[in-house]
Amino acid sequence: MTGLALLIPVALGLGLLGLAAFFWAMRKGQFEDLDGAAQRIFINDEEDDK
Amino acid sequence: MNAPPRHEDLLVQQLADSRFTVPGMRCAGCIAKIERGLGELEGVETARVNLSAKKVTIRHQHNLSEADLVEAIARIGFEAQLASDNPLAQDDLEAKSLFRALAVAGFGMMNVMLLSVSIWSGAGSVTRELFHWLSALIALPVIAYSGRPFFSSAAMALKNARTNMDVPISIGVLLATGLSLYETLTGGAHAYFDGAVMLLFFLLAGRALDSAMRNKARAGIGALLSKMGRSATVLQENGSSTSIAAENLEPGMLMLVAPGEALAADGVVEKGLTSFDNSMLTGESQPVPAGVGDLAHAGAINLGGAVRIRITAAASQTVLAEIARLMDEAGQSRSSYVRIADRAARIYAPAVHSLALLAFAGWMVAGAGWYQSLVIAIAVLIITCPCAMGLAVPAAQVVASGALAKSGLLVKDGSALERLAEVDMALFDKTGTLTLGEPVPRIGELSPEEAAIALALAQTSRHPLSKGLARFLAAKGIAPAPVADISERGGIGLSGRLGPVPVALERPSGEYGALATSLRVGEKTTVITFADPLRSDCAEVIARLKAEGLDSRIVSGDRAASVAPVARILGTDFEAALLPEEKLSLLNRWKASGRRPLMIGDGINDSPALAAAHASIAPASASDISQQAADAVFLSNELMPVALAVTMARRTMRVIRQNFGFAVVYNILAIPLALAGLVTPLIAAVAMSLSSLVVVGNSLRLARIAR
Repeated sequence: MTGLALLIPVALGLGLLGLAAFFWAMRKGQFEDLDGAAQRIFINDEEDDK
Repeated sequence: MNAPPRHEDLLVQQLADSRFTVPGMRCAGCIAKIERGLGELEGVETARVNLSAKKVTIRHQHNLSEADLVEAIARIGFEAQLASDNPLAQDDLEAKSLFRALAVAGFGMMNVMLLSVSIWSGAGSVTRELFHWLSALIALPVIAYSGRPFFSSAAMALKNARTNMDVPISIGVLLATGLSLYETLTGGAHAYFDGAVMLLFFLLAGRALDSAMRNKARAGIGALLSKMGRSATVLQENGSSTSIAAENLEPGMLMLVAPGEALAADGVVEKGLTSFDNSMLTGESQPVPAGVGDLAHAGAINLGGAVRIRITAAASQTVLAEIARLMDEAGQSRSSYVRIADRAARIYAPAVHSLALLAFAGWMVAGAGWYQSLVIAIAVLIITCPCAMGLAVPAAQVVASGALAKSGLLVKDGSALERLAEVDMALFDKTGTLTLGEPVPRIGELSPEEAAIALALAQTSRHPLSKGLARFLAAKGIAPAPVADISERGGIGLSGRLGPVPVALERPSGEYGALATSLRVGEKTTVITFADPLRSDCAEVIARLKAEGLDSRIVSGDRAASVAPVARILGTDFEAALLPEEKLSLLNRWKASGRRPLMIGDGINDSPALAAAHASIAPASASDISQQAADAVFLSNELMPVALAVTMARRTMRVIRQNFGFAVVYNILAIPLALAGLVTPLIAAVAMSLSSLVVVGNSLRLARIAR
């Protein structure tokens, strides 16, 4: 039982952390431009551009 | 040294945000070019591209005007328009709240499941009770939060004495929660918290997908809009000019219409000589010459020099507004279309409810006691709850519309896909739909030197014909000749000098009308005529539609003499010289005779017909109002997406029917178990997720078919 008393709060806490992270990302507009995010990795940085 | 840099502080305060729509952005290269190009501009603080919405947000200093920024984006190589306030904000909000509810339901589902698995694998009495309490603690707030979209919709339906898919869902979820709470309080063996939360999760996934698809298509279409005369440059008494929005224009004002600009109000030409392109308004392909005293209508595009027009009718009084009203009325019939999911729910919901009631009554009669009878009735409700049904439609439609978007067709919503699958005839507009709707020059008679001179002259002008000529020649890989001293005289043309030789690109004298220009090099003049060619794959598309069982017809506002040759080439019947209301009544006649017409058109004159048709498609070059009226918009220069849309919509419906078929079979197998009282929370959970996975998997096949 002592194991459970530790593990269940940890499991719930991690889940809540993930949920909070999702809500934060949503509010900060991380999902506004999914197509753009997928394309941006192809853009070279200014320095090693030429 | 310690003095604060005052003027820099001031500059920071003066930063403004402007948003522009740039429909031409496609790839990473475009993002980089625009963001870097604008970033290097004096006075621009940051530029950020949103590729999904085809928008760029620029933070800049106030002294940089919006017109300057549009000009700057044009120099980088993209066409841009100032974006108006986001009309999609409302939809966006709805999608966001659905995704939040989905995330919360997902969190609840995983944690409740974690506890449930230990109960299923045989956790003992104290542990089980503790776990039930913990599950309740997680599930109750999660259901209260994530269930709201369903509860509010069900309440709305019940208030209007109707029933929809959300009613059995809400009843099932609420009863299961209530029963589980009772079980927990009395230390019972079975709690259905996991089932209730999982049900919400799968159903929310369906809803969220549906709304994400709608938003994506609308953002894409929104990016194409607003090419039309939204505002006009009005000359004041004192000679100064101001830009006034179309809805604030008043009769009596004098507006200045530049070449290439669309009229924002009806009026009479007061000064200047020009010709108007009425193709958006009437479908007529030949430009109409206009001089002092001639009438011009809102929506017409000025092809000639700058003119001054005295407004006679503005805002809601224009011919354009009249057509918009006609369109609104025509669109009414479509809102009564019942989507397939709702049609299924109409049969499904009463069936499920009576079955559950029957189970309860049956077990009561058999002497099982009210508690056990209720448990069984609820088990019936949970296991038949339309988990797979909730996903059956949106999953298939999202996959299909994603595949269509890749081939250049944006479908506005799921209802549009369902209606596209049912059409049995196709009505095409001519100008701008079967044809490209933009003048393409015939340069056969030009020598390479002459073409180079023509390009050098044409690329300096904003006149529609010059722009068409320059675009065409540049695409041919011709380099402009070194022409110097180029000057433009409104209404006459361009002139310059190549070495000692005077060159000019002018309005031709003679019978050519406005769709021609003449190139003069020294003493020699060559007339370049323009034509509006058919899209390259028209015949192929019509053949493909025929193979799908769709007869094609041309319904055009243009003169019979221009329509007949096109109809002959394509081998279709045609109607010509139709007014907008005639197109509409023609369409209604077809509908009254039991046909389901698909309308494909681009002009303002097509919009009432587009709104009234069973389904409709418009090209991206169409007028704003037509794009709003149409169910789908295609972006390519080819017509093929139209045929593709019909094929894909039909395949989607086939997959949806398979999904429904599967859900029904699954229920037929599961219901006897539930009625017999054999369904435990474990069986309910397994059955639910399995059926949902099968439905999603079946829908994903659509992406493969499209390839």
